[in-house]
Amino acid sequence: MDALEIARWQFGITTVYHFMMVPLTIGLGLVVAVIQTVWYRTGKPEYLRMTKFWGKLFLINFIMGVATGIVQEFQFGMAWSEYSRFVGDVFGAPLALEALLAFFVESTFLGLWIFGWKQLKRGVHLACLWIAVVGSVFSAYFIIVANSWMQHPVGVEMINGRPVMTDAWAVFTNNTALVAVPHTLFGALAVAGGFLLGIAWYHLWRRRHDGIDTVGADGKVIPGEADIPGRDKADHKVWIRSLRIGAVVAMISFAGTALTGDLQGKLMFEQQPMKMAAAEAACHDGTGFSVLSVGNLGSKNCDDIVAVIEVPGILSFLAKGDFTTEVKGVNSLLDQYKADYGTHLPDNPIYGDRAGQEIEYVPVMEVTYWGFRMMIGFGGLAALAALVALWVTRKGTVPASRGLMRLAVVGILAPFGANAAGWIFTEMGRQPFVVAPNPDPSGIDQVFMFTAAAVSPGVSAGELLTSLVVLTAVYAVLLVVEVKLLVKYIRGGVVSAMPELAHAPVDENEDATPGSGTGKPGGSDDVLAFAY
Amino acid sequence: MELLPTIWFIAIAVLWTGYLFLEGFDLGVGMLMKLFARNNTERRVLLNTIGPVWDGNEVWLLTAGGATFAAFPLWYASLFSALYLPLLLVLVALIFRAVAFEYRGKVDTDRWRAVWDWAIAAGSLVAAFGVGAALALTTTGLPLNANGDREGGPFAWFSGYAVLGGLAVVCFSLLHALAFLALKTDGDVRHRARNWFVRLLPVLLLPIAGWAISVQLLSGEVWTVAAVAAAVVAAVFAWQFGRNGLEGKAFLSLGVFLLLGSASIFGAAFPVVLPSTISPDFNLTISNASSSDYTLGLMSIVACVGLPLVLAYQAWTYWVFRRRVSAAHIPEAHSFLPAIAARALAPKD
Repeated sequence: MDALEIARWQFGITTVYHFMMVPLTIGLGLVVAVIQTVWYRTGKPEYLRMTKFWGKLFLINFIMGVATGIVQEFQFGMAWSEYSRFVGDVFGAPLALEALLAFFVESTFLGLWIFGWKQLKRGVHLACLWIAVVGSVFSAYFIIVANSWMQHPVGVEMINGRPVMTDAWAVFTNNTALVAVPHTLFGALAVAGGFLLGIAWYHLWRRRHDGIDTVGADGKVIPGEADIPGRDKADHKVWIRSLRIGAVVAMISFAGTALTGDLQGKLMFEQQPMKMAAAEAACHDGTGFSVLSVGNLGSKNCDDIVAVIEVPGILSFLAKGDFTTEVKGVNSLLDQYKADYGTHLPDNPIYGDRAGQEIEYVPVMEVTYWGFRMMIGFGGLAALAALVALWVTRKGTVPASRGLMRLAVVGILAPFGANAAGWIFTEMGRQPFVVAPNPDPSGIDQVFMFTAAAVSPGVSAGELLTSLVVLTAVYAVLLVVEVKLLVKYIRGGVVSAMPELAHAPVDENEDATPGSGTGKPGGSDDVLAFAY
Repeated sequence: MELLPTIWFIAIAVLWTGYLFLEGFDLGVGMLMKLFARNNTERRVLLNTIGPVWDGNEVWLLTAGGATFAAFPLWYASLFSALYLPLLLVLVALIFRAVAFEYRGKVDTDRWRAVWDWAIAAGSLVAAFGVGAALALTTTGLPLNANGDREGGPFAWFSGYAVLGGLAVVCFSLLHALAFLALKTDGDVRHRARNWFVRLLPVLLLPIAGWAISVQLLSGEVWTVAAVAAAVVAAVFAWQFGRNGLEGKAFLSLGVFLLLGSASIFGAAFPVVLPSTISPDFNLTISNASSSDYTLGLMSIVACVGLPLVLAYQAWTYWVFRRRVSAAHIPEAHSFLPAIAARALAPKD
């Protein structure tokens, strides 16, 4: 591997990893904020318990997103200095604004929320969470504005060979971003939905398994109580409500990703037709959507690929909204790309060893073809499972089957897989460009950059390999730690996030005491309502 | 002289100063977890002084980095790529440190806590040293060629200035953390922190003074030399306030010291943002490294609204958590009762 390939692997690994934590942060943050709002308005103890429990898992995950996010900002300069020099005038601004307008809000108000259960009035405390969550949504917006500019450069003029921003409004309302933001947010909610569903299922199952909940003759659940902190009737409510919220969120967000994804697809057929042709592994112009294509997708030789099952008309629908328009395949696009952007990389030292080499315009089709299908497949599977879960649990609990419980828990991974596959598809599908040229009239001619020219010329392959190995190893270790902690707290149930349930006898004051601080400094308790 | 690039040079200097001021004490507190705290309760006192705020403090680093990218892309690209390996270390240190804060109390065993205590202390040390080295090098120079790329291999950045800058930020952070702990804790920790502060101040400020004076020798001007002198006066005040037990004033005086020191360093470097040690022709300056006036103008407007807002709500956070923390406030580590105990009730597996 040369420096460019190592740098690309590093960016891919660190970004996909970072984006395991991010959607869960955004999605679960929104869900917890809604749940705490319900508790604020109704005062029902089960909603406080849900806030505490899901909030605890949210925080265990949040910190990993924070920690791995710093790498993202630094590695543009570290590993991709030529890219940074080229795009800095337009790409740096959304990054700076993300930090200034979103990260500050997110981290500061989350700190207030974590530590402020007693120092802040209930309403203010709730508002802090909402502000933090809105901050995370804004951060998603800014980073997608930056990414969308790489997919569809707008609002610039080329001056001395570099794009210079001339129209910030165009950059911040890039149509690519306006559809990608809701698509990403729905994707994040899908992750949260599956997370709630799987974990709540596990707890409902265990309550049955442990003989606490039983099922009556009519099939309806009879919630019971065990003489153990946190395993009372309210606990049953916690899990059944969590399960239903999770299932509903999962279904709504799938519908949302499908609708926004459709809009996004239609834009991409205009903006990056090669990406979409590669998503189909379609060599020739046509109208049919491939359900299964076989052959050597990696050969980049179209004659090696055969669509075994194809649904006529669907591809045209995805691209244009009708069933008859011919969509261009790889072969006809290839000639167009060669004519517009050349057949060989320029003989310029910034291309390193690749200077003068032939340009490979077709992305790696195994990745684009399967990435596209995994995104849709995992997403759909999760939504279907959510629908089934709602039906199966209509009488108030889950089946006693251990196998089904395991399926629900493993199912948590499906929306994560869909998110990762979608990003891998869209980023790999953009190759060989790091800033993709847009042939359609909305694009600006000749604003593009080959990935081969983007890497840091002064950084050696050895340095890049060192960081690739170090970061991958660190990330792997931390993933194990995070998952272990999550599992520990999940198994522990609500009491793991609310030790007060174990220490004080559970009484009806539960809904009134925590968080009802007056804002006045009181006893020693008020100094540290929560302590590290 | 260009107006907007100058404003943004000042803005970035302000962001770095804000970072050193705020994260300075939480990096220092991190290091003091091993150097100062004597038992688990004291370590938890230390942690909880910065608990609600450290993450917000760290965003100053991200904002400084992001603003450099947006306002001076060539500065960002050259500095970050030239310092590839040291910044990798900083990243790993910051990752472990952040995770450690959150995870340390999540398992109730001594071994678990010991691992994360080391992560916090070593992470803070490495991050402070790395950031200090990077800042010192951007004011004293790196071997950059005409394209702004580093010549001479992965360790070509290494120089006495890197060590000096690294030590400067490590030592300043330690001192700043002692002042902060004296202000934010009560009981034994408070008094010890104050004693350490008074005793160690003269030593711990030496490296940062060395850095400031080096930069003056390289490119100082009258007003920046005067700023160094004023910084020394602020340090004397900090020391005197510390001796008299005026913890708030000592802390603030140290802040003034940082502000003046930072002004003297960035002011002397101006208008060069990153000198090349190969040839002054390859220096990156506010003119040849900056973004367009359009971008800088846009950023200026947003910063004028955003930055005061950030300062306001961060200040509010410090006010909300203004009470001193002492050992008596630290609750017991809650080893929660695993609900799994209900297994006993299970009729059969």
